[in-house]
Amino acid sequence: MEIPRHWRLNQQRYGLVGEVCPHCEAKIFPPRDICPHCGGEAKTTYAFNGRGEVFSFTTIYEAPTGFDETAPYTVALVKLEEGPLVTAQLTDLGETRPEIGMPVEMVTRKLRSDGDERGMLIYGYKFRPVMR
Amino acid sequence: MPDTLLKPSRPVGIVGYGSYVPRYRLPAKEVARVWVGGRASGLPIKEKAVAGLDEDVVTMSLEAVRNALKRAGIDPAEIRAVWIGSESHPYAVKPTSTIVAEAIGAAPNVQAADMEFACKAGTEAMVMAMGLVGSGMARYAVAAGLDTAQGKPGDALEYTAAAGGAAFVIGPAEESLATINASYSYVTDTPDFWRREYQRYPEHGNRFTGEPAYFKHSTAAGKTMMEALGTKPSDYTWAIFHQPNAKFPQRAASLLGFTPEQIRPGLLSPVIGNTYAGAAILGLTATLDVAQPGDRILMVSFGSGAGSDAFDITVTDKLPERRDKALKTQDYIARRTEIDYAMYARLRGKIAMK
Amino acid sequence: MTDIIIAGIGQTPVGEHWDESLRSLAVQAIQAAIKDSGGLKPQALYVGNMLAASLSRQAHLGALLADYAGLRFDDAQHKAGIEAETVEAGGASGGAALRQGYLAVASGLVDVALVVGVEKFTDVIGPDLEAALATLTDADYESVHGLTLTAQAALLARRYMHENHVPADGLAGFPLTAHANGAGNKNAMYRKAIALDTYQKAEPVCEPLNIFDVAPNADGAAAVVLTRRELLPKDFPHPVVRLAASTITSDTLALAERSDPLWFAAAQASVEQAFQKAGITREQVDLFEYYDAFSIFAALSLEAAGFAKRGQGWKLAGDGSIALTGQLPCATLGGLKARGNPGGATGVYQVVEAAEQLRGQAGANQIAGARYALIQCLGGPASIAVTHILEKIGD
Repeated sequence: MEIPRHWRLNQQRYGLVGEVCPHCEAKIFPPRDICPHCGGEAKTTYAFNGRGEVFSFTTIYEAPTGFDETAPYTVALVKLEEGPLVTAQLTDLGETRPEIGMPVEMVTRKLRSDGDERGMLIYGYKFRPVMR
Repeated sequence: MPDTLLKPSRPVGIVGYGSYVPRYRLPAKEVARVWVGGRASGLPIKEKAVAGLDEDVVTMSLEAVRNALKRAGIDPAEIRAVWIGSESHPYAVKPTSTIVAEAIGAAPNVQAADMEFACKAGTEAMVMAMGLVGSGMARYAVAAGLDTAQGKPGDALEYTAAAGGAAFVIGPAEESLATINASYSYVTDTPDFWRREYQRYPEHGNRFTGEPAYFKHSTAAGKTMMEALGTKPSDYTWAIFHQPNAKFPQRAASLLGFTPEQIRPGLLSPVIGNTYAGAAILGLTATLDVAQPGDRILMVSFGSGAGSDAFDITVTDKLPERRDKALKTQDYIARRTEIDYAMYARLRGKIAMK
Repeated sequence: MTDIIIAGIGQTPVGEHWDESLRSLAVQAIQAAIKDSGGLKPQALYVGNMLAASLSRQAHLGALLADYAGLRFDDAQHKAGIEAETVEAGGASGGAALRQGYLAVASGLVDVALVVGVEKFTDVIGPDLEAALATLTDADYESVHGLTLTAQAALLARRYMHENHVPADGLAGFPLTAHANGAGNKNAMYRKAIALDTYQKAEPVCEPLNIFDVAPNADGAAAVVLTRRELLPKDFPHPVVRLAASTITSDTLALAERSDPLWFAAAQASVEQAFQKAGITREQVDLFEYYDAFSIFAALSLEAAGFAKRGQGWKLAGDGSIALTGQLPCATLGGLKARGNPGGATGVYQVVEAAEQLRGQAGANQIAGARYALIQCLGGPASIAVTHILEKIGD
């Protein structure tokens, strides 16, 4: 079981919470306390609005342990409106065929169980085609 | 007779409401195809909503609550309670509500608990929230009811047991989209439906679930509240009843003297099934999506075991400007991917992996 | 500074070695390299390995392999084994271990260093193998979302093909070249050329990648003995090949954290540094052993190394430039795609193969008169880039 490593990321993972650099105003995800753009200290939290577009995507058929029961699933690089790219699954695609540039919005979903069905559920951000 | 109404000393209402219905739909005829040789007469609904592999009551609650917050436009740090009713919480022990409270930014200065009362766990949470706000203990409280309901394969409930629900930010009446004028609860020990600890699927009393359970409690709750308030069905623009199938809520409405038109916007079970703790309140959200200022709404939930909560609600002039701030219930219903029974069995974890 | 010489090389065939273990593979490669060096006595062992702790439930390879390979001091006072440790840099572990050997010998503190790269993939099967490989991505921001290494490459390929208008079979030339060259390498996992038609009909793995765009993970070990030129035995039996440059650079671990994901900045930097160190220009390179774990990596590496303009690397695969007879022969003994990709051993295999080319031991795949070989291995999508330049300096 890997409880603390997931617990300590709860807020950023549930709600896509990163940081904003007080010096150059860059929005940062994941939070890293040092702005990757200007090198200044950046510890101000910033909740992303969850909107973005698909930068790239692919579908995984041969999944790692913990994801094998949900395969096949689609992962993407999503370009957030505020700038950063994030890696996340696309969900609720239904008949929608994803494409580069497709607008998406953040939802919070089950990522996987920590271990088997006895383990903790890990929730986090995913993206779906925008509903409106 | 003592006053039986549940009515806060300080007027309260719905500051924000939100709903969620997952994307997948299982037609009832698919269940019939697999279990009764395709016999399609008397199917209880057209189709039901089914959650995806990465959804559960936590994720669905979160989306419904986020929608409610968008309409409420309040600071989540001012929320003093997050109460979520469901019979399908993903953990047997560990609250759904703590996860939701953390994710919306309401933690840590907050009450958090999960409610359980079969299909009325959501309205139970609403009454509690009314009490907390109405007493002045809190400015805002979140009450939600959602389920990913399980029906035993081949059982009558498998046609209807669905996923979805709604959430409300309850707050002061002066900030509300709709005021809650009063509520009334009618509860008895009636074993029409239950699920024992460690059992995967519920048991039910077949026709016993009808007259002595659903109809007795629903009509008593509605009737008693109207008598106490001195109202009659024609005073209400809209009415919503718990909807385990398509037929029951229509009959309950008729027994109390409501017209088909009054229950039309809130009657969702034919196309999404019975969302259990979410059923009546989803109907309320769909009704609020179309209601106008001044409209009066009667809602009656029903939970097996058994009891009903009745509510008397009046839409304020704040509704029209705020209802478009989040997705509407019919937006979710329109988002639809039909699945067959095999995919349903996979999504609901009914395929034995070990 | 004195020349650092690749004095000995050894390798096992790459493949599914069901009957061999991590240690037996490593010992075979070590013994072959020591024998090839004319019997030099190593004083330090650097093990390049990526995932033994998860794939073989075996960490602490330095002690294990030094012992099993019999690497002890042979004088009476020293009853102990030699210096030994593991170097890990993801898929670039082999190259990074070689860099450690280079530093040790170049510093003068070690006279003879032994570098072995080893990986044993086939002891783990199914989702656990994917999970082990996924530990090479960012655990908190990539693998927790179900990302795999192959998917990461597919994300790059999809975007690259989109931005540069690459046709669906536009990357085919990389595996076609690799398989054609693998046919001439007796240690290669796949020794059969494939046709374009076969590529076009291949099953997708992670769209747009098909099975031929992904190098097979396989078992293998390769080893190199390094020493300074003046320490070579008088009767050293091979043409002398010098390690002319050894550089390592890094980039973000998570692909998403790059401002420009389609540019292998670390690969560019390590190549530039290596050219400078070796004192040569890119035009002098006779062969390039690039890191074609995925065909998109080959395209991006060619661009980063300056052999193609940005967005044009894929074209070198289609026009014959990278064939044995082309301007810039690449993957000359099959590359990762046909020789196989034995994880932490791969970077050492690349150097062994390049040394074979410069020594004139590459058989049917010999690049005539080759003097300079550029070798690059990558950890992840160039999160680490290790570049070496070998130079043939005498016969």
